[in-house]
Amino acid sequence: MAETTTNGHAQSVVGTRTVRPDGVDKVTGRARFGADFNLPGQLIGRVLRSPHPHARIVSIDTSKAEALPGVKAVITRADFADQPSEFIPAGEMMMNYKDVVRNVMAREKALYEGHAVAAVAATSAAVARRACKLIDVQYEVLPHVIDAVEAMQPGAPLLHDDLFTVGVEPRPDKPSNVAKKIEIKQGDIEAGFQKADLVIEREFKTAPVHQGYIEPHAALATVSEDGTAEVWCSTQGHFIVRAHCARLLGLDIGKVRVTASEIGGGFGGKTVVYLEPLALALSKKAKRPVKMVMSREEVFKASGPTSGATVRVKMGATKDGKFVAATAELKYQAGAFQGSPVQPGVMCAFAPYDIEHVYVVGYDVVSNRPKVAAYRAPGAPISEYAVESVVDEIAKKLDIDPIDLRMQNAAREGTKAAYGPKFGPIGLEETLNAVKKTEHWNAPLRKWQGRGVASGFWFNIGGETCVSLTVNEDGTVSLVAGTPDIGGLRASLAAVAADELGVPFDKVRPIIGDTGSLGFNFLTGGSRSAFSGSMAIVEAAKQIKADLCARACKMWEAKPEQVEFSDGAVRPLGALAEKAKPMTIADFARVAGKTGGPIGGVGRINAQGAGPSFGTHLVDLEVDPETGRATILRYTVAQDAGRALHPAYVEGQYQGGAVQGIGWALNEEYIYGADGKLQNAGFLDYRMPVASDVPMIDTVLVEVANPKHPYGVRGVGETPIVPPLGAIANAMENATGIRFTELPMSPPKVLKALKEKGLNKA
Amino acid sequence: MRYEAPGTVEGAVALLAGATGEARVLAGGTDLLVQMRADIVDPGLIVDIKKIPETRAITEEKGGWRIGAAVTGAELKEHPKLKKAWPGVVEAANLIGSTQVQGRATMGGNLCNGSPAADSVPALIAAGALATLAGPKGRRDLPVEDVMLGPRRLALEKGEIVVSFLLPPRPPRSSDAYLRFIPRTEMDIAVVGAGVNLTVDGSGIVTAARVSLGAVAPRVLLVPEAAQAIIGSRLDKPAQERLEAAARAACRPIDDKRGTTEFRIDVAAVLTRRAALIALDRARTS
Amino acid sequence: MAKHHIQAQVNGDEVEFLCETEETLLDVLRDTLNMTGSKEGCSSGDCGACSVMLDGRLVCSCLVLGCEVGGRRIETIEGMAQGEKLHPLQQRFLEHAALQCGICTPGVLVASKALLERNSNPTETEVRYWLAGNLCRCTGYDKIVTAVMDTAAAMRKG
Repeated sequence: MAETTTNGHAQSVVGTRTVRPDGVDKVTGRARFGADFNLPGQLIGRVLRSPHPHARIVSIDTSKAEALPGVKAVITRADFADQPSEFIPAGEMMMNYKDVVRNVMAREKALYEGHAVAAVAATSAAVARRACKLIDVQYEVLPHVIDAVEAMQPGAPLLHDDLFTVGVEPRPDKPSNVAKKIEIKQGDIEAGFQKADLVIEREFKTAPVHQGYIEPHAALATVSEDGTAEVWCSTQGHFIVRAHCARLLGLDIGKVRVTASEIGGGFGGKTVVYLEPLALALSKKAKRPVKMVMSREEVFKASGPTSGATVRVKMGATKDGKFVAATAELKYQAGAFQGSPVQPGVMCAFAPYDIEHVYVVGYDVVSNRPKVAAYRAPGAPISEYAVESVVDEIAKKLDIDPIDLRMQNAAREGTKAAYGPKFGPIGLEETLNAVKKTEHWNAPLRKWQGRGVASGFWFNIGGETCVSLTVNEDGTVSLVAGTPDIGGLRASLAAVAADELGVPFDKVRPIIGDTGSLGFNFLTGGSRSAFSGSMAIVEAAKQIKADLCARACKMWEAKPEQVEFSDGAVRPLGALAEKAKPMTIADFARVAGKTGGPIGGVGRINAQGAGPSFGTHLVDLEVDPETGRATILRYTVAQDAGRALHPAYVEGQYQGGAVQGIGWALNEEYIYGADGKLQNAGFLDYRMPVASDVPMIDTVLVEVANPKHPYGVRGVGETPIVPPLGAIANAMENATGIRFTELPMSPPKVLKALKEKGLNKA
Repeated sequence: MRYEAPGTVEGAVALLAGATGEARVLAGGTDLLVQMRADIVDPGLIVDIKKIPETRAITEEKGGWRIGAAVTGAELKEHPKLKKAWPGVVEAANLIGSTQVQGRATMGGNLCNGSPAADSVPALIAAGALATLAGPKGRRDLPVEDVMLGPRRLALEKGEIVVSFLLPPRPPRSSDAYLRFIPRTEMDIAVVGAGVNLTVDGSGIVTAARVSLGAVAPRVLLVPEAAQAIIGSRLDKPAQERLEAAARAACRPIDDKRGTTEFRIDVAAVLTRRAALIALDRARTS
Repeated sequence: MAKHHIQAQVNGDEVEFLCETEETLLDVLRDTLNMTGSKEGCSSGDCGACSVMLDGRLVCSCLVLGCEVGGRRIETIEGMAQGEKLHPLQQRFLEHAALQCGICTPGVLVASKALLERNSNPTETEVRYWLAGNLCRCTGYDKIVTAVMDTAAAMRKG
């Protein structure tokens, strides 16, 4: 194992492809996910959901359900106290408790098909099902609206009569479906476009898509008579679950203990609560544990798929290819309550490029579909798809190589992004160069095959993180982190701990602790868990090292400057080395009690300095002109990881995000009928890529160290889903000569466009 | 919900004929269990026919092949002689769902589920297959194209089940092919399905043909006009164009979440031509 | 309606259970036999997370009724390792990082094992089409395919 140094830290495990410590349980079926927990005496909970996309809830009669033998509790809106308006972070988005309580259980209205209206807990799933059928809900069905642009029209059905657009001067006196207008501005747009030799303006439309995690939401809750509660759930943030549940149920945070199960995918969709407050409320009433698991149909209808959107982009360039001005207008669906990712969509739209004059405006629009939750780089894939498509058109019209054009305009260290910050060292150029050097870039193409390239960006976050390191009596190390491991985190954190303390990798045992074991941890999201967790471990290790040095000083009767911790041991320096021998972690462990007590450290930080991760994707595809079907032939991802703590899991993020992007670009979409009901609430007709749909995804790991992280780490999880939409749209244009401005580019759409140009012949 | 697994055809028929409420036949279960879970159907009685030997056998019969209604797609694929004689039928049955689904799904169930998008049905119709039914009044044979009358509507009377299919003897230089259009590479319900079965003579002229289209009408279609378009030809360009035109003319598809009307008609023509060319190629080398 | 009394073999052990007609084999495995290794992703046979072997045939356990398996032989993920020794597929999945969240992994492993038992030298295309019924949302399938083919090569060497 080669030793490398990054930012001054010697590493022998970090950067290698260790076998993840939690791996054996996962390949044997032993690992326990949300639905794999059971408690003796548990009841099964089930939700009754609105069949209407928009309706006033006139009355709810639960008496027949309550009388059914085997039913132990029934809850409705009456069981949840209303919450005053208060915005809180939800991943990289914001939410409002007033909306959360209404999303979890409808109050005045059902605002989407699938909205929870009541819930029961019964002795079996069959009884719970029958009980739900016995609940009589009287609805006053209202007209509905789904599309964001339609929802913005005057006269559109109004979801909330207390929603007044924020960000508009003067404040509107009439409510609407537009929750917010946001803008970012840089330079002088009019002047900018004056300088342009070429101006391209296009409008794009994307359909709503779902994160598509294979594990449905699941929670098991139990409430005791003294108000203490325990929850096991599949979540990206158990401390957030604790906070929301405490708030909604009126419990002390300290009395609620949440354990995060292994999580079967989240991608942002499990950063909010759905079942947990319901299970708690039911358990409180029934005085027994209550287990709730969503069906696949419920996941599609009642969790948090992302926005569909309409995006208009206008860019101006000189004939030499310099981008001089860029504007965009984004209209994003928020679903039933405000809070679409339009803000990050606005921020990220032009972020990969150094453009003097920029204006981006975004609208957060509510409509009658499930409340949107985060989906991997929320908002950015949509806006950057539009921008990367226009960039590609500029390249074609100016006859400039699409990589060279991006290179020419690339954001670099020192570039001021239109959304505010000045970039430190970043790796966009490196990823562009990396792609250009691949054999893929130069491979020949045949007729009906097209190659597309696109770049993308995500800013990444840090956030509150608490990790504890404990040295056990036998010198092994227990690592307790508080951010659920969604894809290899424990391997990365254990590697960092191993290198920091100089212990073998397999002597570090990482677990994700429950909320009672650690200080507050913000959720796993924002590509933050490896970045922040490793930072916190460095802190915790520092404490341990300082403590051990102090103990050594006592033992050796030495002064602090006579000892140092290096290479896994406290070492006597200079003359002291004649009378004292170095002591490893294991050596200290043996005498811990005698030298002061248990050895450990806790890293408690609000991680700052998250560095953005830029990526460039290259894709070849082939179109069957007689059917419009596209086949992905070849795919390369180059992305800046700063420093890859575990290369295989970084590659895994690149590959997984790319394939989600392939699905989003080609086949995934929420299909609504004219009645506002979802027509494809299952994996049969919500078409995610299967193994035979995609080729190998080649990856190039670029590492431009993040100077603000002790190892140079940048978050990597989200950027990979940003470039694929643009890259694939650009490849389609190259294969067919047609610019597709609507996603997904499904075969009926493609064939229709080919037919219109008389191109649908082999 | 009652579950019975009779060992004889007569036993199954008696159970179904005597059922008072909703009764369903269970073969592979790849449609029935999904519908039960989705609350689309709530049978009071399930009759599992897999213990009836006749429904599970593949035997040569009078130069043709008798295939039990409850033989799985995977078992069809593992039968080398059948695969050689009827590659189109076997490949159609093996396009249903995934490897896991093919381990259970049957042609009997695929037909009796009553979906015009069923994958194995166009291939069976193109093959000229007969369905052998057994009911309270005894046995009868129906051409497969006459079994499915419309979405979820079958020509079966109360108590009748499909016991087996009979594929006719194959003249020399005959073969078949089935193609379907789906947006992904696997796992989707057919947006269009095309089955072509043909025979060529020594000089390469098509002497017999049957063409069947799925997912383009309320039932799976037998398209005699499409067959006529290529009989007597070498499937040259003009014949292919006639074939495509006949396929287009036969379609009366719907607009739904899987495809538009226009798309289905266009693709039906393309797939029919492609399937015919594959069948031709196989027939020439058989 | 009285429950069915079923005797079957699971991972080489004789088991006995009671089940309602409408309970699937997946329900029985998870809720009655407490074997939660097989996962429920969709209950409609579209994701493969519940894959098991039934009399040597790869199937979705959500598409099999519990009352159908009397006298039959069932193999689940829990039986894949031999005592303390992981199956070569399990070992190589770990080495190749062919799993991220791990929810699809039991189904993928059972399906991959079924493939290699039938075809000891599959091409990449054959692996992909065989596994088309196993949805994975995390990995993009790349490392899964690599791990399966690498295992096939290693097992051929013996």
